[in-house]
Amino acid sequence: MSENITIAMTLDLKGLLCPMPVVKLAQAIKNVEIGDVIEASATDPGVLADIPAWANTSGNELVSIDQGEVIVFRVRRLK
Amino acid sequence: MSEEKRKKASLVVFSGDMDKLFGAFIIATSAAAANMDVTMFFTFWGLRALKKKVRTGKSLFGRMLGMMYGGDILRATPSKMSFFGIGRWMFKKMMKAKNVASLPELREAAIDLGVKLYGCQMSMDVMEIPREKMIDEVTDCVGAAFYVDQAQQSEISLFI
Repeated sequence: MSENITIAMTLDLKGLLCPMPVVKLAQAIKNVEIGDVIEASATDPGVLADIPAWANTSGNELVSIDQGEVIVFRVRRLK
Repeated sequence: MSEEKRKKASLVVFSGDMDKLFGAFIIATSAAAANMDVTMFFTFWGLRALKKKVRTGKSLFGRMLGMMYGGDILRATPSKMSFFGIGRWMFKKMMKAKNVASLPELREAAIDLGVKLYGCQMSMDVMEIPREKMIDEVTDCVGAAFYVDQAQQSEISLFI
């Protein structure tokens, strides 16, 4: 898991509740190239279920998701 | 984007209740965020979600309806514990404290994500709410056959 990933964009989703983390992420991902990775931080525990689900339905890749007081996840734009 | 066929979701929004409008817009924005083509078909009380903050109605009954049921999306009251506006005030306060997006914000997000908003022409005629009293972003005013056609092509179809 020590591969070097370049982060194309960081996103602060802290304080936002459903559905806004997913909405903001979907809006932001249009602004990076295919293959780029976005790193986002959020505080709503709902994202632990919602971000993997969003990656599945939107056809993008969930690279990692780290649980904590602040949840940090990385998604790669695939299309 | 790509050649692949995008999945579709279509929602009938019959209710103009605040809580149900939240449900409708939250699902619509989430589906649009998941790269789906989303159609929202607003009928009867649901037309409130598309209305501008203006008086409506031509005939006596139409004007009465416009007075009793006037206002835009912000005037929507919860389906339970409405208490003549106290419920709406309370829920707005609680949601704001927790940083939940408001109905106008959700509607804006939906529009930004490409959700199509349709008004039911028949309800608009009956309730005397013409197109120009609705927000500019309304895609079109259509009938039930249009919705059936959309729903038939949809993986998700809901009546709210």
